[in-house]
Amino acid sequence: MATTLYDKIWQDHMIDKNTSSSPSVIDKEGTEGLMYIDRHLIHEVTSPQAFAGLDDKNRKVRCPQRTFATMDHSISTRSLAIDACGPTNQLQLQTLANNCKKHGISLFPVGHQKQGIVHVMGPELGLIQPGMTVVCGDSHTATHGAFGALAFGIGTSQVEHVFASQTLKQSKAKSMLVKVNGALPIGITAKDVILAIIGEIGHAGATGHVIEYSGEAISALSMEERMTVCNMSIEAGAKAGLIAPDQTTFDYLEGREYAPKGDDWNQAVAYWKGLVTDEGAEFDSVIELNAADITPQVTWGTNPGQVIGVNTPVPAVTDFDDPIDQDSAVKALKYMDLTPGQKLSDLAVNNVFIGSCTNGRIEDMRAAAAIAKQGKVADGVTAIVVPGSVAVKKQAEEEQLDQIFVEAGFEWRLPGCSMCLGMNDDILQEGDRCASTSNRNFEGRQGRGARTHLVSPAMAAAAALAGHFADVRDYQ
Amino acid sequence: MTTQTSPAGIDVHTGTAAPLNQANVDTDQIIPKQFLTAVTRSGYGKHLFHDWRYLDQHEQVLNPEFSLNKPEHQGASILLVRENFGCGSSREHAPWSLDDYGFKVLIATSFADIFYGNCINNQLLPVQLESDQMDQLFALVEQDSTTQITVNLQQQTVTAGDLSFGFDIAEQHKNNLLKGLDAIGQTLELDAQITAFENSRPAWQQA
Repeated sequence: MATTLYDKIWQDHMIDKNTSSSPSVIDKEGTEGLMYIDRHLIHEVTSPQAFAGLDDKNRKVRCPQRTFATMDHSISTRSLAIDACGPTNQLQLQTLANNCKKHGISLFPVGHQKQGIVHVMGPELGLIQPGMTVVCGDSHTATHGAFGALAFGIGTSQVEHVFASQTLKQSKAKSMLVKVNGALPIGITAKDVILAIIGEIGHAGATGHVIEYSGEAISALSMEERMTVCNMSIEAGAKAGLIAPDQTTFDYLEGREYAPKGDDWNQAVAYWKGLVTDEGAEFDSVIELNAADITPQVTWGTNPGQVIGVNTPVPAVTDFDDPIDQDSAVKALKYMDLTPGQKLSDLAVNNVFIGSCTNGRIEDMRAAAAIAKQGKVADGVTAIVVPGSVAVKKQAEEEQLDQIFVEAGFEWRLPGCSMCLGMNDDILQEGDRCASTSNRNFEGRQGRGARTHLVSPAMAAAAALAGHFADVRDYQ
Repeated sequence: MTTQTSPAGIDVHTGTAAPLNQANVDTDQIIPKQFLTAVTRSGYGKHLFHDWRYLDQHEQVLNPEFSLNKPEHQGASILLVRENFGCGSSREHAPWSLDDYGFKVLIATSFADIFYGNCINNQLLPVQLESDQMDQLFALVEQDSTTQITVNLQQQTVTAGDLSFGFDIAEQHKNNLLKGLDAIGQTLELDAQITAFENSRPAWQQA
């Protein structure tokens, strides 16, 4: 039978496949079972209660060697001091350090050369490989699907379950194919692609599904760009996003620290090449977009599905048919202080954030710098650039991108999650309007009463220079 | 409010409901990030819906317009919401805060996936009803806030006044809620199978 990439990864990780004595582990239809987890990434926010749960029951971490920790959410982007964001954050960070030491887990703390946002650090070290199952107590774990790995976010109770057993009880999700046909126009980025997809299917459009992205436009993307696309699968409600591994994937992985070496590499590549959806395999739903139709995207509302092209006027409530969408639009227009018909180019921004697990990689830094060098940050705009990891920061500095940013009036910060969610002191004030390369424009996400518009790194840099939203294609 | 529980789980719950007539309520609204720096599981209830519930950042001034603050909805143990409730992050602090506030049952048109699983793992019962059924429940509670709603997990029914609806729930989730199972302890009984699986894989996959 023709099967999908998701089917293949699922089947390869069901525990009883190789043990005939465990009939209770997997159901007859193969839709529920105990899944083996290859890689477990952890950070300071969602792990302390899981470790405490283990300790309460005197359990240990089954596979510390499959588990990797970093500090990212609660840390300062101005100082390497662990107490820079106050005693509560410090306690959380120290708790992670103590727990990792106790259980023999590799930790990349603040100041470590491998430290970074968990979803930037993992791939750049080669920890994420095709066909793996990858989990983390963080919804943006979907990022790692870019490698053809089944990667999804879990809650803290599940983090504890993986610690103790290296498995999770799973129900099989439905499958959705999202095909982006043709080539992307000049100036259109992976961020625009995923925002356009979410705009098309809606903020909950893929709930209960695993998405596989394919089509010419997807195949042509670099690994960094594929990570941006898969990262925001959760913003469409999906459990995970997948892109089948290909030569781009293998080239990215070869030689990275934790990637297989020598004969192991050859065996791995042989296995990875089989990780594709068979011709004729069926999906529960199929969505197709034409790459040529995608324009630079800007969210106008308070969920990522409320998104328009940069030259499209702000919608009116009557533009929506569904009463629930209408109600959401009323609330969003009010919170965002927007008027239907308003042009985004008339909308002043006073903050710009470039970074996050969505857009904090080296290619994002390059794309933003290419715009930044064309001008100066507008008066009254605070613009910060936060590299996703120490490795990204070093690479950017080698390419002197930091100098471009600083000369243009941007602040160049230390790596971390930063203003994507503001668990440190990088928070906005009430009424601030921010062009942000992050992934969520929820009410108060970047600060109580603050207004977030999601855009690509190039669009964010253009907004910083213009002081309002601007079509990045005018800068190319 | 009464809850009949089996030895460790939830079975039948009866209580009044607080209506939150809104779609796409995300985890940043349920429990904002500034409360995620704690290292314990308890004490999140007072911060539930912080930005909507309080007019100030220090939680001194209640917002009288917010549903949960209205006198008639004090003591509610059931939350009525609309579609895609709990969308956004994986933070388990969201169900922890709902539970700590006093909610035992959430009734919505739909839930976000990770949030739904987190509820199951915290003995918080998520009930999914059709949109028109939700309309009727909202209308009933709006008419009479003292309406007692009974949720019977064993029979998979929601009854209130003259209304009676059935709901779907996966068998494994139902069992976990009914029996309050130690999911980890259950899995650890399969240690031999997990080890056999690990040993069956090619060397390069054995981390």
